[in-house]
Amino acid sequence: MPKQGALTARQAQTASKELYNFKNKRVSIMNKLMPVLLFLCASVSILTTLGIVITLISETFQFFQKIPILDFLFGTKWSPLIPPKSFGVLPLLSGTLMITFIACLVAIPIGLASAIYLSEYAPKQVRKVIKPILEVLAGVPTIVYGYFALSLITPLIQKMFDSAGIFNALSAGIVVGIMIIPMVCSLSEDAMSAVPRSLRDGAYALGATRFEVALKIVVPAAFSGIVASAVLAFSRAIGETMIVTVAAGSTPNMTFNPLESIQTMTAYIVQVSLGDTPHGTVEYGSIFAVGMTLFVITFLLNILAQYIARKFREEY
Amino acid sequence: MEALIHIDKLNLYYGAFHALKNVTLTIPEKAITAFIGPSGCGKSTLLRTLNRMNDMIPGTRIEGGISIGGTEIYSNEVDVETLRKKVGMVFQQPNPFPKSIYDNVAYGPRLHGTTNKKELDEIVETSLKSAVLWEEVKDHLKRSAFGLSGGQQQRLCIARALAVNPNILLMDEATSALDPISTLKIEELAQELKDKYTIVMVTHNMHQAARVSNQTVFFLNGEVIEYSDTEKLFSNPTDQRTEDYISGRFG
Repeated sequence: MPKQGALTARQAQTASKELYNFKNKRVSIMNKLMPVLLFLCASVSILTTLGIVITLISETFQFFQKIPILDFLFGTKWSPLIPPKSFGVLPLLSGTLMITFIACLVAIPIGLASAIYLSEYAPKQVRKVIKPILEVLAGVPTIVYGYFALSLITPLIQKMFDSAGIFNALSAGIVVGIMIIPMVCSLSEDAMSAVPRSLRDGAYALGATRFEVALKIVVPAAFSGIVASAVLAFSRAIGETMIVTVAAGSTPNMTFNPLESIQTMTAYIVQVSLGDTPHGTVEYGSIFAVGMTLFVITFLLNILAQYIARKFREEY
Repeated sequence: MEALIHIDKLNLYYGAFHALKNVTLTIPEKAITAFIGPSGCGKSTLLRTLNRMNDMIPGTRIEGGISIGGTEIYSNEVDVETLRKKVGMVFQQPNPFPKSIYDNVAYGPRLHGTTNKKELDEIVETSLKSAVLWEEVKDHLKRSAFGLSGGQQQRLCIARALAVNPNILLMDEATSALDPISTLKIEELAQELKDKYTIVMVTHNMHQAARVSNQTVFFLNGEVIEYSDTEKLFSNPTDQRTEDYISGRFG
């Protein structure tokens, strides 16, 4: 009898060994492999950015060995293709900033107002209709906007101002602004909707009107999100290419008159890349220098935005 | 005690849901009235009709009348913002604004046009004193309201409501998110405030109603079952359902 008892004990032991066998080779390999795979995917965008920055820096460096950096940064004449050649970036910069400024003047007030309407006033059904329409607007190819500027906005401007040319900064700026309205609106609306209902109730209970609640409670509480949307809009406007190429002209022009034809940095890059400028020449190098300038501006803007967003953040 | 608020055959619907059924009730001036009853019985809904916070909820429909001090508050001539200024409210969760302690209390007066710094300073001080918070915060009024404890935040919300000089204070389960000591402080505060303000409180806690209030109203399924002096309601209820509820047989 004791022998048999020992046997059953051993049997029980093997049985329990199988029951408590937690090893699974396949799963453990997968678990180790997955993070590596995901890391590789994540690094694609980082490596691309790094590659772009390195190319930009090295080409720009070569360009500045031929053209003095001060002449580039402070020169007021941009004539890279027609002699006498001159590489002063200020005309391109002023053109770009003028477009961006006009665009923000259009997009930020309208975008913000529509965001306030959607988040504070609109009934659910209206929001359900308007939000998808806004997103469709954001998906329209920018070339379409370019022709919209050229064929609709420009004639209107010319009717109002006799001096306006066929290509002018105002038309392109307005349409770039229209293009970025959905972005400003959508991002600001997200930020405002995230403001808790209880804060609104608190203000309503003190006798605030809907508009006062929107302006004095919701907007301040969502301020960091709103700033982020405005800066993103600014970067988007500064980098916009198609609309300005089509509607703003290609005349590097140191002017602050929005009715004149100008050229932006992006439009210049398009002009040279499309032409037959040989690789390695100064003209070729100039597009990298211009690109670098753009990159530095947007980079600084992003840092500024993060700083502002942090400084004005209201926790709730 | 003179009646200040008269509620007359009030019916309220959220869409198809009949939330308040034929409620008739008077609420006395400068006293504490407590609304009790199980969850979903309509006590908070009735409270929120008194400053018309239900207006904000789409699909709300109201029949019958509520008059405060002789004015029908659902008539077209009533300015909702002025009404809410006179009928302050404190919510279940303390909801200070993401601003400093000072700016929280000054928010209402500023909203209604007070800009003079000295005047604001005075309002902030008296309101915080009335809410028995002054001693705890007087040295750091510029600090964020979020640095305060839950109980302090709730007293700040009371100070904020008092700063616009209301006559009536609605408290919507104002202590249910607080610990027992903070709850006690708010209850003591309510006792002090009733000399100057008419207080209507919704509470989950029957003992709180018994401790604090002068009049108690018992709700069930959107109806007012019984209301009377708190002492009488708890010691000698006339309706069987009230007795079942206060003796803990349901709810």
